[in-house]
Order: sequence, then structure tokens, then C-alpha cells
Amino acid sequence: MNTYSFLRELADSWVLLAMFLFFAGVILWAFRPGSTKVYAAVAKIPLGDDTKPKSMTDKGDDHV
Amino acid sequence: MNYFKLVVLGIIALIAAIGTNWGHDLAYKVHAFIIMAVAAGMFIWVLRRIDEPVPAAETGYADGVVRAGVIATAFWGIAGFLVGTFIAFQLAFPELNFDWGQPFTNFGRLRPLHTSAVIFAFGGNALICTSFYVVQRTSSVRLFGGNLSWFVFWGYQLFIVLAATGYLLGATQSKEYAEPEWYTDVWLTIIWVAYLVVFLGTIFKRRERHIYVANWFYLSFIITVAMLHIVNNLSIPVSFWGSKSVQVFAGVQDAMTQWWYGHNAVGFFLTAGFLGMMYYFVPKQANRPVYSYKLSIIHFWSLIFLYIWAGPHHLHYTALPDWAATLGMVFSIVLWMPSWGGMINGLMTLQGAWDKLRTDPILRMFVISLGFYGMSTFEGPMMSIRAVNSLSHYTDWTIGHVHSGALGWNGMITFGALYFLTPKLWGRDKMFSTSAINWHFWLATIGIVLYASSMWVTGIMEGLMWREVDDQGFLVNSFADTVAAKFPMYVVRGLGGVLYLAGGLIMVWNMWMTIRGAKPVTTALPSNATPAE
Repeated sequence: MNTYSFLRELADSWVLLAMFLFFAGVILWAFRPGSTKVYAAVAKIPLGDDTKPKSMTDKGDDHV
Repeated sequence: MNYFKLVVLGIIALIAAIGTNWGHDLAYKVHAFIIMAVAAGMFIWVLRRIDEPVPAAETGYADGVVRAGVIATAFWGIAGFLVGTFIAFQLAFPELNFDWGQPFTNFGRLRPLHTSAVIFAFGGNALICTSFYVVQRTSSVRLFGGNLSWFVFWGYQLFIVLAATGYLLGATQSKEYAEPEWYTDVWLTIIWVAYLVVFLGTIFKRRERHIYVANWFYLSFIITVAMLHIVNNLSIPVSFWGSKSVQVFAGVQDAMTQWWYGHNAVGFFLTAGFLGMMYYFVPKQANRPVYSYKLSIIHFWSLIFLYIWAGPHHLHYTALPDWAATLGMVFSIVLWMPSWGGMINGLMTLQGAWDKLRTDPILRMFVISLGFYGMSTFEGPMMSIRAVNSLSHYTDWTIGHVHSGALGWNGMITFGALYFLTPKLWGRDKMFSTSAINWHFWLATIGIVLYASSMWVTGIMEGLMWREVDDQGFLVNSFADTVAAKFPMYVVRGLGGVLYLAGGLIMVWNMWMTIRGAKPVTTALPSNATPAE
């Protein structure tokens, strides 16, 4: 089998399946239990103080 | 470190000096001279500071480079709009291809100057400076890499200058949106890797546990553009001392690579990157979190998984196999869903804050940019359908589509971001004149409407004229007939460009007054708000 046919067959089968499963997995992951609470906090990240970075003593993940 | 810099700069200046002398063509010689001058200037600059004490590392957000980026965005925007308006009138009035300016100022050389100036200079600077701003705020740390961000900024400006002068002097590899020749491509690759290091480094040392969705979009834009740029620019220089290079791919493979690149330049440069801006600045300006964070995640993964396949729709009815063109068409149509999901997510962020639209012209700019995003992401999939494409391809309908996306979506959201950033970065309460923002909003909107509608009319008209046959099966119209019929629409399009440019000039005046710190006008004086004409 030449390289083109091999790659073409691989792309049409296993790689396609792997990509689809990854994609479906990511979408399902977004709906995992508890995600709503996490995402509500993450969505507020831009609305915080935008004048200076958090100091070194801050824990850093006070949004969650 | 300084000695190392001096050695490198000295060697670059020396090689560039040899190139200035030995170069096979004018563009190469001019570029070698520019590089020599820049390297020699930096050599002296480093040399003069060699024994200076190193200043203490700054803390806080690195906003100097963002400020420079805001100014560069506005500058290149005006330059790009100006060239665009001029070439629009060149199409209407061919006499504007002045004899004394040949071959440097003909339409063929100014057109890539316009497209690169607006996409890569205006859009690219907007993306780089907003990504530096957003990644710091949403990671709550200073930019990674110290002065590396300044290297990215100035290196990118040098890339723009090399690309732009190259087009005028005839150095082009004739790939749309990827015209710069091999050495300019190599330089951009170096800049882009440095950009990725700064951005990723900042994300790695973030003090927020989660990576905010805007950064995902920015990161996918940086990584994908690097991949597209490298693959589409695989070429072998004919000589080290000349600008000409030969593509590695040939024929339909080359065409497919080019439009895989070309469409993903739209998808990842003009869409994913600007969506990164949208997911930060719209919530910020509306002072509300994004409507649905879950939807933003689905938006992100669907967009990047689908966009990458859409390129073949540029090659309907060509030597490309039908299955490939059909694949591109199907993915383009599926792409409609995540695009509208993103638009809805942005618009619904204003839920409960719609009243702000009456008083806040900056928010209005964001909303109309999302409107144009929705419109052009509906139009695009429709035009990718083979039957529609047989009418629209090679006509000005395509040009109208591109501009409703570029002027409407990219332009408007960038203006909004500039109006948001300018007062923040220079420590002012707000922009100097709110009524001037209003003027800009309306001038730009009416300009786009004139542009898009005239291109719809003229594009569909010429598509129908091209395919019209008489009862004997002969073509009715010659090509010149269609050109003559298009004249009025070309003039309307040019006027739309004038309005859009006028709006941009008002913005620059407004930014200038804000940065200078003049007292804001308290009463609306719209008649004073048009100094540019």
C-alpha cells in the first residue's frame, strides 16, 4: 500500500473516530455535574479588579 | 548578554550590507538596506547603554506595549482604509492608475498592500495588543518574558514594513493573504514563536485556577496561524541574495494548501482571535458575565473542529476532486451553528442591560459588530454551496461578503476595544468626546451598508451577465460589458469607503485628544466632531 492510500484510509477510519470521540467528550465534559457552579465563577474572572495583579500572598483561586 | 546582542546585531548588519550590494532585485536591495539600518541603529542603541545600571524589574501589568499596540492599530487602520478607498476609486476611474506612478502604484500592487494593511497590520496589531491586555487581566499576572513582548511588537512592525514595501516593489509569491516572500516569512515565524512564548508563559504563571475562555480563543489563533503560515509558505529561495522563491507544492496541491491557509486565516485570525476580544470586552463593557459559559466552551470546540475543513469551498469547479469540495461545503454549512451560537452568546450577555445601548455608543459598537458577525457567517455558508457559488464566485459579491465581515465584525469590535482601552491605559475617566464616538458609529455603519449593498447588486448582476446565453447558446455579454455596467456601484462602494475612513479619522482625533488629556467636552457639539474632512 502506498503512503497516500495508507494515510487516506487511516484518516477515514481511526483518526476520524478518535477526533469525533474527543469532540463529543469535550462537549459532554462541559455538562458534567457541578459544572454550572464552576463556570459561574469562571465567567466572573474579567469583572474583577483590572488595575493590578494579585499580590504574591493571594491564594489565587478565590473565584472557585 | 549585551555583548551577545552586539555580535548578533553586527553580523546581521554586515550580511544585510552585503545583500544591499549583491541583491538581484530592487525589493531585496531595499529590504536589505532597511534591515541593515535597523540592525545598525539597534547596535548603537545597545552599545550606548552597555554600562548603564539595569533598572529594577517593574511590577504590575505591562501596559507600555499595549499602549504602543493601540496607537499602531489606529495608525495602520487609517493607512489600510486609505489605500482601500483609493483602490476602490481606481476600479471606478482607471485614470487613477497614474502613468507617473507605474508600476508601483497600480491596482495590482496596491491591492495586496490594502488587504495586508487591514488584516495583518490593523487586525494583527489589535489582536496582539488586546491579547497582551486580556491575558494579563484574566491571569492576574504581569506578562511573561520581560522585554520579549516589545520584541514581538517592534518585530511585527518590521514585518509589516517589509511586506508592504515588498508589494510595491514587486516582491510577491502570488498567494492571496500570504504574499510576502521567503525572508519576510522567516522573520514572521520568529516573531510568532516569540509571541507564543510570551502568551503561553503568561498563562503558565497565572494566578487564576481557570484559563478564561477568551485566552482559549487567543491561544488557538496563535497556534493555528503558526501552523498555517509555515505549511503554506514552504518554498525554496532561488538565491539567498534575491527575493524570488519557488513553492514546494504544485498544481492542485498548491491550490488546496493555499485555501486551507486562506480560509483558516479568516477562521482563526479574523474569527477566533477576535472572538477572544469579544469574550473579554463585551462582558467588561456591559459589566455582566458572559451569557452562558458552557455555550462559550461548545462554541470554542465546535468552531476550531469545523473551521479547519472549510477551505475547499474556495475551489468549486476546479481540478480539486469533487469529494474534497463537497467536504469543504458541508463543513462550511455546519459551521453556521457554532458561529450563531457565539453571536447569541455575545448578544445575550446584554440581557438585563439593553438600556445601556441608548447611552453607551461603545457597547453599541460591540453589538453591531456581533450583528455583522452573524450576518456574514450566515452569508458565507450560503455562498459555499456549490450552486450558489457558481453564481457568486469571481464576482464582487465575494468582495462584499468579505467586507461586511471585515469592516462590520473585525473593524467595529476593534474600534470598540480601542475606545475601551484608550481611557484605561492613559488613566482618563472616559474618551474625550462621546458624541464623536456616535459620529464614528453612524459613519462606519452607513459606510458598510453602502459597501455591502452595492457589492450585492453588482456581484449578482455580473454573475448573471456572465452566464447569460442567447437562444443559439452564445454568450450575450462580453467581459467589458459587465465592467461598464458595474460603474455606478463602484462609485457607491468608493463613497462607502470614504464614510468608513472618515469615521476612522474621527476616532484617531478622539484618541489623540483623550491621550493628550484635554478636558472632555461637556455639551454635545457634533459640528465640531468632524475635523478630519
